[in-house]
Amino acid sequence: MEKVKQLSIFLTNQKGRLYKVLDILGKNGVNIRALSLADTSEFGILRLIVDDPNKGQKILEDNNYTIKISTAIAVELNDVPGGLSSILKILNDNDINLDYLYAFTHEKTDNAILLLCTHDLDLLIKVLHKENVRIVPSDEVYNL
Amino acid sequence: MFWDEKAECMERDEINEVQLKKLQNIVKYAFDNVPYYHKKYTECEVFPEDIETLEDIKKLPFTTKTDLRESYPFGMFAVDKKEVIEIHSSSGTTGKPVVGGYTRKDIDYWSELMARGLTEWGITDEDIVQNTHGYGLFTGGFGVHYGAQKIGATVVPISTGQTRRQVELMNDFDTTLLVVTPSYGLYIGEVAKEEGFDPRDFGLKAIAFGSEMWTEEMRKRLEDTFGVPAYNIYGLTEMMGPGIGVECKEQNGLHIAEDFYYPEIIDSNTGKNLAEGEKGELVLTNLQREAMPIIRFRTKDITALHYDKCDCGRTFCRMERITGRTDDMIKVKGVAVFPSQIEKALLKVSEVEPHYQVIVTRPGSLDEIEVKVETSPDLFSDDVTEMLGIQRKIGEYIKNEIGIKVKVTLVEPKSIPRSEAKAVRVIDKRNFN
Repeated sequence: MEKVKQLSIFLTNQKGRLYKVLDILGKNGVNIRALSLADTSEFGILRLIVDDPNKGQKILEDNNYTIKISTAIAVELNDVPGGLSSILKILNDNDINLDYLYAFTHEKTDNAILLLCTHDLDLLIKVLHKENVRIVPSDEVYNL
Repeated sequence: MFWDEKAECMERDEINEVQLKKLQNIVKYAFDNVPYYHKKYTECEVFPEDIETLEDIKKLPFTTKTDLRESYPFGMFAVDKKEVIEIHSSSGTTGKPVVGGYTRKDIDYWSELMARGLTEWGITDEDIVQNTHGYGLFTGGFGVHYGAQKIGATVVPISTGQTRRQVELMNDFDTTLLVVTPSYGLYIGEVAKEEGFDPRDFGLKAIAFGSEMWTEEMRKRLEDTFGVPAYNIYGLTEMMGPGIGVECKEQNGLHIAEDFYYPEIIDSNTGKNLAEGEKGELVLTNLQREAMPIIRFRTKDITALHYDKCDCGRTFCRMERITGRTDDMIKVKGVAVFPSQIEKALLKVSEVEPHYQVIVTRPGSLDEIEVKVETSPDLFSDDVTEMLGIQRKIGEYIKNEIGIKVKVTLVEPKSIPRSEAKAVRVIDKRNFN
């Protein structure tokens, strides 16, 4: 399965809101692999890659959070200068417009993982295959 | 000072005589010319000839805002559209707004009401009246305008806004009467001070204020800021507009023009009339009106009536300052807002009505209104741009409904307290008591 499930959580822009949601996940044994917080002056959208997205979703919904499962693609990069820009060049050359992205390290290989989010994931997958870019399967991402 | 001393100082038995005659006339007039009243009275089996004493008004059914809305646009007119030379309108709740029509004579009656108030406050044809009430469908602007013109004063129809200009004109033109909503009046005072003026040096004689809830403390602040007395005006679009009640120099209640209106106070739950001095819902009947006579209109404003002697010499009864409403309407920046309007706007954005709460504050002089809306799977997307778009759209729909801009804050689910009884939709942090 190439598409990675990401939890998108609505947060009010108020002290303690981020702490509270992470605390709830922690207390329920959900392990976070990667995190990105999109903030505006009005509110925040917290995006999490966790070890068990379905469990994470259930726990958050039971605790009254507004949450959606969104999907992203994880791409493995060599941890060298230029690794990131080479991926972006591929996207540019193929007219793929990114919504957002964030990166973290692959614990087991010392490579970097780039999470890409765009409206047409199937096109992205096709392009990455064409360019021989390694897509990290979702299970591998959850079990990092 | 009296505009019409003869009318304003009639003895009580003469007032009653005049009222009975006018009531009988208007009930017959409405019955004969307004299909709504003809139908209603026939159904209730009460007819114009049944009004033999003033007490008999109790035989007549009430008219409500819903009745007026259901007659939108011109179903309550007693005359042909051709005779109606002016139309005003107030916002509706859910559904249609309320329309008021005026014949030439009605405009004259209306001017009469405000002329009385202006004269009492010492305003004459030598004065300059700066009218900051909104000109347009709102009755505040034109009501004051016609009254001021009737007495021959010089009207500056600046309407709302342009606050720096308001201050400039007050200074340049030597305005002697400033007409405002109380919060706007205080705001003008602040801006004047920012511009380096002392509002007490403007040469004002008086301030007239209306259209909003107010307290004695706010009045005092207005008076201290400008160094002149501030008088309250009461009115509502359905019954013609401002001037129904005007304060006299005693500032101890508003004299109702009893030759134009018959006031009653009822218990809003039972509909029974209450005694003098008892607080309840104000019910008004037009005694003199051509285009749109309204009989026993439930205003939903809470007040009490006093018939005792007033030191100003006027014999018309006085109504107390309005302290509340029987419904959930609030006034923000002078505009009537119903929670149901907010609900209507929210339903345009989401299929399921989101939980919301309206918070009204007055951190400085002006009102601020915030609408908190809980997110839900229906109202959430991973896309920040889309979410900001949703927030903006909610704001736009609400503005379309109520006519003023609000701050929209998206909040987490269940962050708005639930209540077992009726949901607390509006938190009004301004203190009017």
